[in-house]
Amino acid sequence: MTFLPVGGSVPVGEVLAAGSFLPWPFEKQYMLYALVAGAVVGCCAPLIGAFLVQRRMSLMGDGLGHIAFAGVALGLVLNVWPVWSALGVAVAGALIVERVRARSVSSGDLALSLIFYGGIAAGTVMLGKANAVNSNLVSYLFGSILTVSSGDVTTIAVVGLVITSTLAVCGRALFAVVLDEEAARVAGLPVRALNDVFSVLTAVTVVAAMRVVGILLVSALMVLPVGAGQAISRSFRGLLLTSSAVGLLCVVLGLAAARIADLRPGGTIVLLAAFTYGLSAVIAPLWRSRTARRDTGG
Amino acid sequence: MLTGVSFTISPGEFVALVGPNGSGKSTLLRLVLGLLTPHRGNIELFGGAPEKFSRRGRLGYVAQRPALAKDFPATVEEVVTAGRLARRGWRARISAEDRVEVEHALSSVSLLELRHRRIGELSGGQQQRAFIAKAFASQPELLILDEPVAGVDPQSQLDFASSLVHLQKSHGAAVLLVSHELSAVAGALDRVLVLKGSIVFDGPPDALTAHGVNLGIHQHDLPMWLEGLR
Repeated sequence: MTFLPVGGSVPVGEVLAAGSFLPWPFEKQYMLYALVAGAVVGCCAPLIGAFLVQRRMSLMGDGLGHIAFAGVALGLVLNVWPVWSALGVAVAGALIVERVRARSVSSGDLALSLIFYGGIAAGTVMLGKANAVNSNLVSYLFGSILTVSSGDVTTIAVVGLVITSTLAVCGRALFAVVLDEEAARVAGLPVRALNDVFSVLTAVTVVAAMRVVGILLVSALMVLPVGAGQAISRSFRGLLLTSSAVGLLCVVLGLAAARIADLRPGGTIVLLAAFTYGLSAVIAPLWRSRTARRDTGG
Repeated sequence: MLTGVSFTISPGEFVALVGPNGSGKSTLLRLVLGLLTPHRGNIELFGGAPEKFSRRGRLGYVAQRPALAKDFPATVEEVVTAGRLARRGWRARISAEDRVEVEHALSSVSLLELRHRRIGELSGGQQQRAFIAKAFASQPELLILDEPVAGVDPQSQLDFASSLVHLQKSHGAAVLLVSHELSAVAGALDRVLVLKGSIVFDGPPDALTAHGVNLGIHQHDLPMWLEGLR
């Protein structure tokens, strides 16, 4: 992602506004916007998902999507850009979820369900009260990557930079926490702060991915490429690289397929990710057993 | 509730902590590690309060843990390298010195050849040796292990014990081992602490024979004796 001129004097969106320089099916400007926004999310969401899956919190993205829905509703009701309100509510929700998880209050799943379903219920009530159920809301539920603006692209690119640079600094320590949280605490790692940072990153990723695949499918883009990566990777570093590459590939192919066959892009991207996961789960064990037989000379 | 607990571990000493289930072993370990604070009394770790102890690389800890899932995506080397964070700080980048120490720790537990394997593909005993190497990678002066061989087959227990004894003898690290099964390390132990709410025995393994307990030959003597204490 270093090719993106993020943080410089020229926003990414303005650079891309000059027009697409890519061949069909990405020759239209809106396809170029979609490709850049999707590529950033496709690369970054599995990076977060890799840690979530190893912590056995694969559905965390789904839960935070529920909470983000309340934020979207709040934004629509208050006439604030729903991405900002979703971000605020999702970050707050993620930190609460982390506190509940760390304290192991009640049954973890039960406690989390209170927060998740409370979020979506609050969103529903707010929307009903304000009579704000409209196509704008649907675009957040199911994604609307083809309508992302230059501002969206810039925001998503900045989010991508924040995620990758934070993981570059904290990744090893987060891995140590995933491996053994208590041992990490004994080793003097700032476990609570690391968990909080990771929760915030997860919330930010959910909100960024919301524009691409929608709240209902956001978790899929975080987790399914990781499933594929896990089937073929031996190391954690390999997992991060392969799942990120799978996420990127699914976004590019999904967008192209959606344009060619006139399909909904969000659903197409996730279907491709699910197919890739399924395929790798079938092929990887066969490949591994063949390699093992070859290594043992059998 | 733990009362009347008083003991000291000297540099290079190999001490086993045993006791029946529910005797307070885990609580005592968590107090020593600084994860719990005592209501009364005083604990010193390297001369200071455990919760304020900052040079965490001096302390290695191997927790009781179930075997990792077979598809856990991390190599043995990555797991052991994570142990260097205690010595170098959580933001440190991996240096050439770190790689040397990781390789040394892997050699010490005879896992160097398996360093590129997935950790989940190793047996339970090999995984525990990898976690000992992780703890040892920070070059600790005190290594604390909580039931490290629970559920591990006898051969793996012997391999584990020889790795532990090698680390203790060749590097002079003090070891506090909590385990029900001491037969594999009986010959290397300096002291055995028996805990049942308080320390009811503190002495060399030989002195336990006075209680009719043999750590080295009759593998089941110690667990049966501990149960009799309840």
